[in-house]
Amino acid sequence: MSEQETNILVVGGGISGLTTAVEAAEAGYNVVLIEKEPFLGGRVARMNKYFPKLCPPACGLEINYRRIKFSDRITFHTLAEVEKITGQPGDYEVTVKAGARYINDKCTGCNACTEVCPVETPNDFNGGLDKRKAAYIYHQQVFPFQYVIDGSVCKKEACAKCKEACKYDAIDFTMKPESFVVKTGAIVLATGWKPYDASKMDNLGFGTSKNIISNVMMERLASQNGPTGGRIVRPSDGKEAKRVAFVQCAGSRDENHLAFCSAVCCLASLKQATYVREQYPDSKAYMFYIDIRTPGTSYERFLNKVREDENISLIKGKVAKVYEDPATGDVIVEAEDILAGKKIKVSVDLCVLATGMQPTVSEMKLPPEVKINENGFVVADSTRKGIYAVGCAKDPVDVSKSVQGATGAALKAIQTVGRKA
Amino acid sequence: MEKKIGVYICKGCDIANAVEIEKLEEVAVKEHQIPVCKSHDALCSPGGLDLIKNDISAEVVNTIVIAACSPRVKYREFSFPGNVVERSNIREFVAWTQEPKTEDTQALAEDYMRIGITKAKNSELPEPFLLEEMDKSVLVVGGGISGMTSALGAADAGYNVILVEKQEELGGWAKKMHRQLPRSYPFESPEKPTVNDTIDRVRAHSNIKVFTSSEIEKISGVPGMYDVSIKTAGGTEQVKAGSVILAAGWRPYDASKLEHLGYGKCENVITNIQMEEMAAEGGITRPSDGRKAKRVAFIQCAGSRDPGHLPYCSSVCCLTSLKQASYVRESAPDAIAYILYKDMRTPGQYELFYKKMQDDPGIMLTKGEVVDVTEGANGNVEITLKDTFLGESIKLEADLVVLATGMVPNTTIDSDVLGEWKKKFDEELAASGGKPDPNAPLEPHKVPNILHLEYRQGPELPQLTEAYGYPDSNYICFQYETRRTGIYAAGSIRQPMHMLGSIEDAMGASLKAIQCIEATANGYAVHPRAWDQTYPEVNLQKCTSCKRCTEECPFGAIEEDEKGTPFHKMTRCRRCGTCLGSCPERVINFKDFSINMISSMFKALDVPEEGLRLIGLACENDAYPALDSLALDRSRMNPAYRFVPVRCLGNLNLAWIADALSRGIDGMILLGCKFGENYQCHFVRGSELASERLGKLQETLGRLMLEPERVKLVQLSIQEYDLLPGILDEFADELGEMEPNPFKEF
Repeated sequence: MSEQETNILVVGGGISGLTTAVEAAEAGYNVVLIEKEPFLGGRVARMNKYFPKLCPPACGLEINYRRIKFSDRITFHTLAEVEKITGQPGDYEVTVKAGARYINDKCTGCNACTEVCPVETPNDFNGGLDKRKAAYIYHQQVFPFQYVIDGSVCKKEACAKCKEACKYDAIDFTMKPESFVVKTGAIVLATGWKPYDASKMDNLGFGTSKNIISNVMMERLASQNGPTGGRIVRPSDGKEAKRVAFVQCAGSRDENHLAFCSAVCCLASLKQATYVREQYPDSKAYMFYIDIRTPGTSYERFLNKVREDENISLIKGKVAKVYEDPATGDVIVEAEDILAGKKIKVSVDLCVLATGMQPTVSEMKLPPEVKINENGFVVADSTRKGIYAVGCAKDPVDVSKSVQGATGAALKAIQTVGRKA
Repeated sequence: MEKKIGVYICKGCDIANAVEIEKLEEVAVKEHQIPVCKSHDALCSPGGLDLIKNDISAEVVNTIVIAACSPRVKYREFSFPGNVVERSNIREFVAWTQEPKTEDTQALAEDYMRIGITKAKNSELPEPFLLEEMDKSVLVVGGGISGMTSALGAADAGYNVILVEKQEELGGWAKKMHRQLPRSYPFESPEKPTVNDTIDRVRAHSNIKVFTSSEIEKISGVPGMYDVSIKTAGGTEQVKAGSVILAAGWRPYDASKLEHLGYGKCENVITNIQMEEMAAEGGITRPSDGRKAKRVAFIQCAGSRDPGHLPYCSSVCCLTSLKQASYVRESAPDAIAYILYKDMRTPGQYELFYKKMQDDPGIMLTKGEVVDVTEGANGNVEITLKDTFLGESIKLEADLVVLATGMVPNTTIDSDVLGEWKKKFDEELAASGGKPDPNAPLEPHKVPNILHLEYRQGPELPQLTEAYGYPDSNYICFQYETRRTGIYAAGSIRQPMHMLGSIEDAMGASLKAIQCIEATANGYAVHPRAWDQTYPEVNLQKCTSCKRCTEECPFGAIEEDEKGTPFHKMTRCRRCGTCLGSCPERVINFKDFSINMISSMFKALDVPEEGLRLIGLACENDAYPALDSLALDRSRMNPAYRFVPVRCLGNLNLAWIADALSRGIDGMILLGCKFGENYQCHFVRGSELASERLGKLQETLGRLMLEPERVKLVQLSIQEYDLLPGILDEFADELGEMEPNPFKEF
C-alpha cells in the first residue's frame, strides 16, 4: 500500500473541510483532503444562493478552489473514504480507500464521453429531479474539472462508446478501488450532513406526490445550473409554481425524528420564498412555523425585509397534513393558525418541506474514542486532542458558523502537530 | 534575465477544427518574431508537455505562452516553476463558443495569440516583498472569554501573545456569571462557570504577557511590524506585534431606555445582568422589600428586535432567560418562572436545553407582545400581553420582572460622545481653513475608541453600513475577511453570540492572526490572493502626489509622507491593484500585471477597417469563470469581443480606454461584481470605483471626439452566465448602430 505523509488530514470537501484545508495550508502546514463524492464543494455546491446576502455560493467556491490550485501544500483525493484510523495525536495512520473514477487525469473536459453515453440514470446531484448520463460532471463549475463514470450503472467494456469517443486516452475501465495510507499528525472530521428522509413523516406526504419536495430539491429547482435551468415549476407537470407553501421543522425539533433544531431551515425557507416572489410577480408564499429563528443582525434584517412583502404569509402553526389533490395535482396543506386560533387549509402548486440536517459522521469508520451522541453528532468532549469534528459533524450549523468553526479547527490541528521550524 | 519566449499551441478539444493552426503560428513567428513555436494534438498529454519541458531544460525558453484551454483548468500540467507562463484561452473563448472555420473565428483566435504573447513579453517572475525586521507576536485587545481563548489559541501554537484588558481583572462578562450554558451533550443543565480555569491558564502561560487595567493608546505600523503603545496604570508601555485580534466584547443595552417595560418605573423590574449578579450572590429577592421572588417573569427581546431600540436579535437572550429560569426554580420548590417571548430562538442542539426547561412544570412559556408593565399592589408588577396564543390579550402578575436586555458591541459609541467628536473635528477643520459641513455624518470608525489605529482611513475597524456597529465580515463564506489586513475581530464584538460560539470564533480569529504573520514573513498576500507574491511597485519619479491611490486603497495600505508623496505600507496590501487603476500617471505596476502590459495588448490587436472590434475586461473571479461556463454549454459568444481578465474591475485605468479606442477598437465592456450594500467584490468597491472613474470618461473621450457610450459596465455574478450572450449581443448591437470608430483608419 502506498503511503503519504502530511500534517493534517481533512475528511470531507464541503465548505467546512475546504475551509479547514486552505486555512491550515496558508498558515504553513501540509494538508491531505479527502472527499467521498467525485467533486469538491459538498452541500453548498448544490445551493442557488446564500442567505441573507442572496449571493451565489459558486463565487466563494471559486476562490477556495483557486486557493487549492495555487497551493503546493494541499493534496486532495475524490471518491475517497476512510477505512481505518489508528495511532495517537501527532502520529495517526489512516487507511483511505479511493474509488475508481474510470476517467484518468488525461481528461480534458471535452464532454465527448457524456455526449455518446447511452446510459441514463436519476441525477442524485439534482435530488432525482432529472436524469444524467453514466459519464458526467455535476455542472459547469465543478472542481476538479475531470469527468467521472458512475461504475454502478455503466456497462463498461460491454458498451465502451465513450472509450471510442475519447481522443485523449482518458477512459480506463481497468481502474480499481485503491487503498493507501496517510500518516498524519491530526485529523479533522468535516463529513457534513444529508437531508432528513422526509418520507418518515407520514402526515407530510413526501413520496406520495411529485409536488411535495424537500428544501434541498427546491434549491436545485431554483438553481440556474439545476434541472429546470432555474425555473421554479411543479415536477409533476412543469406548470409554473406560483403558490408555494413551506412547512418548517419537517423532522426537526421532533423527538420522534430529529430532536434538535437544524438551525438553517427558517432562513432557507425565507430565502426560497424570495426566489418564488422574484420569479413570478403574481406569486404567493406561505410559511408555517413554530418559531421563526433568525438570530443575530443580518438574519433578523433579512426576516424584516421578507416580512415587508405582503405576498409572503408567515403563519405560526404546526402543519397537520399535506396531500395531493389527484384531480389537479395541487397540494393541500392543513394547519393550525395559532395566533388566529383556527384551522386553515391552503391549496398550492408546490409544497416545500423544510427538512432538517442529519449528520453523516456516524456513517464513517471512527476509532472508539470518538463518541457520537444520540443525535448523530460528535460529542465535543470525547474527541481527544488530535481528532476534531467541525461543521455539521459537530452541530447543526449554517455556512457562516461552519466557516468560523472550520477556521478554528485548523488552529486546533496545528496545535496538535506542533510548531514547525 | 533575457526573455526567451516559446509559444505552444494545442490542436485538441476542437481547436484545430475551429481555426487554422498554421496561421496562429504565423502570428507568433512572423508578426512577433518568436523563435520557438510548436503545436501538438493534445498539449496537456505527456507528449505535449514533453515538448515544453524539453525546451525548458535545453534553456531554449523561459517564458511560455500556452494557447489552449482556460487557465482555470490543467493548472498543474501547465505549471513550470521558475518560468513565466501565460495562457491564451482559445478553447473556451474560441473553439467552444464560435462557429468553426469562419473569418471572424480565425481573427479572434489570432487576437488571443497576440494578447498572450504581449502579456508574456511584459510579464516577469515575482520577487516577494519581505520586511527587514518583523515581530511574530499577536496582540489581543480584550481579556474576556473571546480574548483569552484567542490568546491561548496563538500561544499554544507557539506564538507570543500580548493581552490587553481594560478592567482590573481578566474574565469579562463570563466572570460575572452565576452559571454558564451547558457546553456539551446532552445540553441539559447549566454548568458551574469554567472561566477561572481559563484565567489561570492564561496567567500561567509562558507565551502570554498580560496587561490589565490597560488600554491601547496607539497602534501604528503594518502587519508583521505593528508598534503598539499601551496605557497602563503605571504609565505607557511600548510593544511590537505582528497582527491584532479585536475582542473587546459587548455591553448590555441601556435599560434606562426601556421605561415602557417598567424599568426605572417599577422597583421590581430588573435586567438579566442584575439577575445574574443576584443569583451569584445567593438569592432571588425583590429590590423593593428584599422578599423572596416566587413568581418571576422574563420579558424577552427587551430592546432587541425593536426598531426603536436594537433592530436586531441579540441571539443569546432566549438561552439566558431559560438558564435564569432554572435559578428561579432552584430557589424554591414552588417558585414559578414565566418567559414571555416573540419567538423562542434556541438553534442547534440548544433545542435540547429548551426542551429540558420546557418540560419543567414550573417554567411557563407564553408567546406574546408586552404592551404594558405597571406597578400593582405590594410592589408586584402587572404585565399586559397581546397577540398571545388564541389571539387574546392577557394580564399577568409577577413578584419580579427580568428584562432580557440585548447586546451592544463595544465598537459603538454613545451619541453624545460622537457629538463631541464631531464638534472637535469641525473645529480642527475650520482651523485648517476647511468648511465643516453641518450635515456630514461622522463615520463611527473615524472616532478613536478601542484600537486607535494610525490609518488615514480612520482609527477603528470599518463597519458595514447596516451591521449596527458590529465590525462583521461582509462575506458569508469568509468570516474573517477584514478591510484591515492583519486585524481580526472575534466574539461578541463581531456578531452577537453565546459563550460557546465566542470560543469557536476566537479560535478562528487566532488562526487568521498567525496565518497573516506567516504570509507576511514569506512575502505572500493574505486572502483572497493568498498565493500571490507580486506587489505594487511605484515609479515615484513620475508621481505627481495627486493622492488618488491613497484615497482609493480599500485597505489603508498607502500613506503619504510630509511632502505628500505616497508610499505603500506593503504588508497591509492585498494586491488588488486598485491603486494601479487609480493612477493617472501610470506609475503603479506589478511584475506580472501592469498598465503598459494591458495597453500593449490592446495595441497589439488587429483592427480591420471593417467590422466591430470590442474588448471585454472581466473580473477574474466571477466574470471570467462565467464566460468559461458559457463555453462548457457550447453557447455561442459574440465574435466581436476579446476578453482580458483583470484582478478586479478596480484595476480599470482610464488610459486603457483611451489606448484601446484610439487604436480603433469600437467599444469596451467591463464585467464586474455587484455593488451596493450587499457588494460581492472581495476588494470592497472595485467595480463601483470603475463605475465612478467612468464618470470622468467624457473628459478622456472628449479629446478623442468619441462617445462615452462606447464603454459600458455590467454587474454580473459568477452564476449569471446564462445572461451573458444577451448582454454581449445587446452592447454589440448598440455599437453597431453607432458610426464606426473613426480611428480605425489610422
